[in-house]
Amino acid sequence: MSDASTVPDQTGPLKTADGKPLKSALAAAQAHRTRRAFYLVAPLLFFVLITFLLPIGQMLTMSVNNSSFYSWLDRDTGEKIPLMVELREWFDETPAGTEPDEAAYAALVSGLVHARDVKAAGQIGTRINYDVSRTRSLFTKTARKAPKMEPPYKEALLDADEDWANPRLWGAMRNASKAFTIDFYLSALDRTRDDQGNIVKIDEERAVYLLLFKRTLIMSALITFMTLLLGFPIAHLLAILPLRHSNLLMIFVLLPFWTSLLVRTTSWIVLLQSQGVVNDLWVSLGIISDEGRLQMIYNQTGTIIAMTHILLPFMVLPLYSVMRPIDPSYVRAARSLGATSWTAFRRIYLPQTIPGIGAGGLLVFILSVGYYITPALVGGSTGQLISNLIAFHMQNSLNWSLAAALASLLLFCVLLLYWLYDRLVGIDNLKLG
Amino acid sequence: MALPIYATPLERIWYYTFRVICALIFLFLIAPILIVIPLSFNAEPYFTFTEKMLALDPTGYSTRWYDLLLTFGMAQPDVVRDSSWWADAWANSAWINAAKNSVIIGFFSTLLATFLGTLAALGLSRPEMPFRRVIMAVLISPMIVPIIITATGLFFFYSATGLANSYIGIIMAHATLGIPFVIITVTATLVGFDQTLTQAAASLGANPTTTFFRITMPLILPGVISGALFAFVTSFDEVVVVLFVAAHDQQTIPRQMWNGIREQISPAILSVATILVIVSIALLTTVELLRRRSERMRGLTPG
Repeated sequence: MSDASTVPDQTGPLKTADGKPLKSALAAAQAHRTRRAFYLVAPLLFFVLITFLLPIGQMLTMSVNNSSFYSWLDRDTGEKIPLMVELREWFDETPAGTEPDEAAYAALVSGLVHARDVKAAGQIGTRINYDVSRTRSLFTKTARKAPKMEPPYKEALLDADEDWANPRLWGAMRNASKAFTIDFYLSALDRTRDDQGNIVKIDEERAVYLLLFKRTLIMSALITFMTLLLGFPIAHLLAILPLRHSNLLMIFVLLPFWTSLLVRTTSWIVLLQSQGVVNDLWVSLGIISDEGRLQMIYNQTGTIIAMTHILLPFMVLPLYSVMRPIDPSYVRAARSLGATSWTAFRRIYLPQTIPGIGAGGLLVFILSVGYYITPALVGGSTGQLISNLIAFHMQNSLNWSLAAALASLLLFCVLLLYWLYDRLVGIDNLKLG
Repeated sequence: MALPIYATPLERIWYYTFRVICALIFLFLIAPILIVIPLSFNAEPYFTFTEKMLALDPTGYSTRWYDLLLTFGMAQPDVVRDSSWWADAWANSAWINAAKNSVIIGFFSTLLATFLGTLAALGLSRPEMPFRRVIMAVLISPMIVPIIITATGLFFFYSATGLANSYIGIIMAHATLGIPFVIITVTATLVGFDQTLTQAAASLGANPTTTFFRITMPLILPGVISGALFAFVTSFDEVVVVLFVAAHDQQTIPRQMWNGIREQISPAILSVATILVIVSIALLTTVELLRRRSERMRGLTPG
């Protein structure tokens, strides 16, 4: 007791050798270590920000970008020239569904003259063409005649082409007159706006996107089920064999995993086409006749077979890593207590493999929802998935905003599944080989 | 698990049926990959075994499709094969040029992905790393997000920033796609990493740099190399981003294959496929050897 009274700062906070309170010194050291760890990750985070997150962000902006009718980018000067200024003002002042008056027609003509001067008539026409088909030529054709038009403009325009009185055309122009819009999302969900600006379903025969989303989900579910059906037995076999043998058999799973996707897709084309190896084999075995060769490629069947093969390793590997540590004595105990081998499997073994089924199933489903290459090469017209439609709008129809809207919806689905995967499985548990 | 002696006849039947089923599934996995090898030596322009091939007649086989790989695109393919012919092939053959592009892009994107990915994996494996889970999820996401979405985003972004049609743009994009593989393999190696080793090195007077290069690096090297191989394969096999952001003359092997399959598939594609299968067998062997070495070094059960 007397010793304690000789130590001066006994009641104050503990201090380090250089006189700082121990608590803050510890906190400083901890903060220093945290910073060090973060600095190691920072370069990569910055890199991924530039090459991945910003591009995705730009795609999301593109999906609401409605600038084709709004402004024209001069490639030489990089200047943005506003288009259809007077007509847009008229749209702003009048409610949706207003019958276009002489002022509106005059604004349209002056807008067309201006668009023709800056060579933007084609761009405007293309934009309206997304909503009302066969109007691109209407715009380019009328823009050529516009400079010579005299008032009254309504008659002049209707003389040039009667389509100018079409209320749907005016509705489309009104929709296009805002710089940003959610209309591309409406199109991506098979919805459109009527003349009054209300959201309505489009005609049955033109509705494709929801159908494709549905087809993508159904086919992905089917492929996931097929990989589980084929992956479960071999993962089980690999898990019960001694390591020496299972490592050897594992090559059968890993070699496809390491082989180029295009090589595997090519192989399936070679195998499944009507003059291909499988059909030849069946004809020579007498299972099918030479005339009755099966069409197994360039349709849904081809896509499902090839994708099941390509994604099978992603099912087998997580299943295997869950099945390997399962103690065989549980099943033996169940058997010794009188369970049949089927009951022991169903009640004891199967429940223990659920984490593996979940991990593999989710991974395969996530990957197949966004698959592009294989359906594009072997899918024909019936085996196309939503990704192929995005590519079509990017490369062929050049409706980039619609492509971006479709891609954003797909991205949303995938991120939802990814979040679920992280919750249930944990990204840390993702293993390769 | 051998068949127990008390097994019922039904269980015996199932035991063998199960193995037959598994054998068939393994056949399903491997047959499509191996089938292209004999077919690529077909003397006829068909995708199936001709009667001569089935009879093992040497005239049924030829290397003409491999020859076509060399000569396709050459200025003068039919002259005598001397050194100038080979120089012509090296300079003009479409497939050789594609291979050159693929190797250049693959090499640099792998370098970038491995360097940045390994650094980040070291940071992510530290217990004091803030927002670990979120950052990990972001860094892995290029593997999860469908390639068509990434390619679409890159197309818009590169058009706006002038990176389109450039090697740098493709290399950066491919590095991003390879990074998740590097992070996964390196963090997997670091999970079993014994931290007392670095503490021992520090207590013996090694500074952090020496500790890293003499202690940490040799131990995680197998993981780094397999990550790098994954990243290289990812780049070497990538076609969608190349289709979206590369210039028309920037051909790579997968892009050539893609065009070949879409337009008119010829057995020359099968000879490329055969070469790629052999490459992937070599890569798989390397990765397996590395994995076993890593497990031995870290004192885990030998594979």
